[in-house]
Amino acid sequence: MAQEIQWTRDFDGALSSADGKLVLLDFSAAPY
Amino acid sequence: MYPNPRVVEFVTAHFIPVRVHVRENAAEFKRLGDRFNAHWTPTTLLIDRSGTERHRIEGFLPVDDYLSQLALGLAKAAFAREDYPAAERLYRDVVERFPDTDAAPEGQYWAGVSKYRVTNDASALKATSQAFRDRYRESTWAKKASVWA
Repeated sequence: MAQEIQWTRDFDGALSSADGKLVLLDFSAAPY
Repeated sequence: MYPNPRVVEFVTAHFIPVRVHVRENAAEFKRLGDRFNAHWTPTTLLIDRSGTERHRIEGFLPVDDYLSQLALGLAKAAFAREDYPAAERLYRDVVERFPDTDAAPEGQYWAGVSKYRVTNDASALKATSQAFRDRYRESTWAKKASVWA
């Protein structure tokens, strides 16, 4: 199991590679 | 929410996670915030490959509530692509896995609608209305289902 979420910052790239999955777009102000 | 191992597992299994930080990625936050009319944090949007928003979570939620909303988003996406058998199963999963969350009565309502879409049999709606007499009877969704009694 992954220990943490592997975030990307590339929304458009994520959308184009979604392949059946939904993109979870998180707008955050929390520290990385 | 995100450090929680259950959230990590669920997000990793079902979504492509994209994070846009309001300050560190200010230009992208402005661009995507304008596109999706999202101007508050935390906000989570579930978006299908066509770029259409299928579900929105605004504000912080405890782990179970957050997971229930993510699960609700999966069900909504299935409903939107007219995969009603999958939608019914996913909505019922919300009820069974997260029975004490706000998402549960919503899931119970839409599971009934999804079943109706599959069968075109109004008894699915009547049964849903009756189910609300046993569970979630004070919810908004019980009121909405009451017309099916």
